[in-house]
Amino acid sequence: MKRMTSILLAVVAALAGCQREQRQLRLDPPTADALDKIALMPNGIAGAPPRVYFALGKPYEANAYNLSQGKRLYSWFGCKSCHGDGQGGSGPSFLDGWWYYGPEMVSIFASIRDGRPHGMPSFRDKMTTDQIWQLAGYVQTIGSYEGKTAAPSRNDEKQTRPAENRAPAKLRFDQGPSPVHLDQGPTP
Amino acid sequence: MIRALSKICLSAMLAVPLAACGSNWQSALDVHGTSAISLKHLILLIVAVCSVVWMLVMVALIWALWHRREGLSTPPQPGRERRMTIAVIGAVIVTAVIIGTFTIMSFFATRSLSVAGQDELTIRVRGLQWWWGIEYLGPDPSRRFETANEIHIPVGRSVHLKLEGLDVIHSFWVPSLAGKQDLIPGRSNELTIRAEQPGVYRGQCAEYCGMQHAHMALLVIAESQDDFDKWANAERNAAAQPVEEEAAAGMQTFLTKPCAACHTIRGTIAAGTTGPDLTHVGSRRTIAAGLFETTRGSLAAWIADPQTIKPGNNMPMVPLAPEELRDVSAYLASLK
Ligand code: HEC
Ligand code: HEC
Ligand SMILES: [Cu+2]
Repeated sequence: MKRMTSILLAVVAALAGCQREQRQLRLDPPTADALDKIALMPNGIAGAPPRVYFALGKPYEANAYNLSQGKRLYSWFGCKSCHGDGQGGSGPSFLDGWWYYGPEMVSIFASIRDGRPHGMPSFRDKMTTDQIWQLAGYVQTIGSYEGKTAAPSRNDEKQTRPAENRAPAKLRFDQGPSPVHLDQGPTP
Repeated sequence: MIRALSKICLSAMLAVPLAACGSNWQSALDVHGTSAISLKHLILLIVAVCSVVWMLVMVALIWALWHRREGLSTPPQPGRERRMTIAVIGAVIVTAVIIGTFTIMSFFATRSLSVAGQDELTIRVRGLQWWWGIEYLGPDPSRRFETANEIHIPVGRSVHLKLEGLDVIHSFWVPSLAGKQDLIPGRSNELTIRAEQPGVYRGQCAEYCGMQHAHMALLVIAESQDDFDKWANAERNAAAQPVEEEAAAGMQTFLTKPCAACHTIRGTIAAGTTGPDLTHVGSRRTIAAGLFETTRGSLAAWIADPQTIKPGNNMPMVPLAPEELRDVSAYLASLK
């Protein structure tokens, strides 16, 4: 009897492993359009993602394929030149757990799509909506407050910073930077 | 006779996989490159000798079964023992000679693969998921240029390839011209190719590299030195300015949409490097690494929905209005 149960449990566990993550390679144009329509607060910080975002099951936060694509885009689109490997440079760090414009996906999406006044360029005409969401998911992951079950693919080079799926953000309890500009919102 | 027989054996063995290929432009048996020729000679020799050996062994085996000794105990026959010893020693010597010959032959064949001429043309080949970046190098930086998925070489001249993988391991394989060589991230591998005859030779990535590995082909076009120089000079030029209204509008669309962030068109502000150089895309025979012949229609189909045509590739579907799509495809087709 006990043996039966353990065999059964093993089979169930094995079957659970069969469920493969779905890769969304192509967004229908209407869906892509809808995904672009985020509702931001007037100060450009926080807000609500469009309804289709939830209908799709929040695909950009915990889907390993999208996170990997985000990681690829992070170096393809030159984010490294200002934000380094995530530890910051002329742009702010994503790893310290502090955000000038909030840690929500919509805020990060808006930062990338529309740019921010103190030196963050807009990528609206350089990327598709899908790609901006992938990138936002990746940026949120590296600065995440909690660990995720999905992680982007590993680096070939040596790691210069904690891995993407570690938790929580390194300096969560540090004092952190204080906002330099009035419109940068409360920290974090 | 034996040679012909072994050729037939080899062909029969390869008939099944080759039945899938309509033409011979990608075949290790239809060789037109110096190293491919010496490799083919080597493999034919080995197959021929091994076939003969196999047949002799079979004959000996059948003969032995035929003449098996009945019963358990046979009286010792000194003459027979001696003949058996001689046969075994003879077989060992022949085996050693054959293996030694093979070793020497393959040593010379391998050595002939890396011969390098004096006035070498050097080309950097970068393997990316899932296309080939081709850069013609040279001592004079102003004469370098980039293209994609298509290599032109002058016939009868050694061409030196520097092979680099940018994301994962790929493998460069143009069977009619040379053997395989891997493209490995973080290092530069070398391969020398030389075409003996003009022609178009197809190559294919030969190391599984992800979803679209099967659609990662390239063409090598071997032509006379004159034709090659003409082609190279045309490639060096910046892109043609559009003349027709439609193409001019297409250029505007290209430059204001995300296209310009990934693709370079020399002579415009488009300077992206994550996708193929499109400066002369209209003059290349295929697009998307051998997937389609280049026509205005195929360009439009590709741009409209690359993820349905080649799922998983790194060009996203950029939403375009129908007129924009028409203009952009006219523009790209005009980039001869
Ligand atoms: C030219 C330099 C530069 C580049 C390139 C750049 N950024 Fe920025 N980024 C900045 C600066 C500066 C800020 C701070 C802006 C502010 O405070 O108003 C910033 C802010 C941000 C923020 C908001 C951070 C917060 O604390 O709320 C995000 C998210 C962001 N960038 C993501 C990206 C991504 C993703 C890329 C690549 C596509 C990128 N950036 C490329 C300079 C850059
Ligand atoms: C995120 C980067 C990116 C963007 C944006 C992009 N492309 Fe591409 N493009 C690629 C990549 C990567 C390939 C190679 C795909 C393959 O063959 O696997 C490619 C291939 C092509 C090709 C085929 C070239 C060849 O020789 O095989 C054409 C034509 C093309 N793109 C046109 C466009 C146009 C027009 C746009 C804008 C509507 C555009 N691309 C936007 C990355 C991009
Ligand atoms: Cu491959």
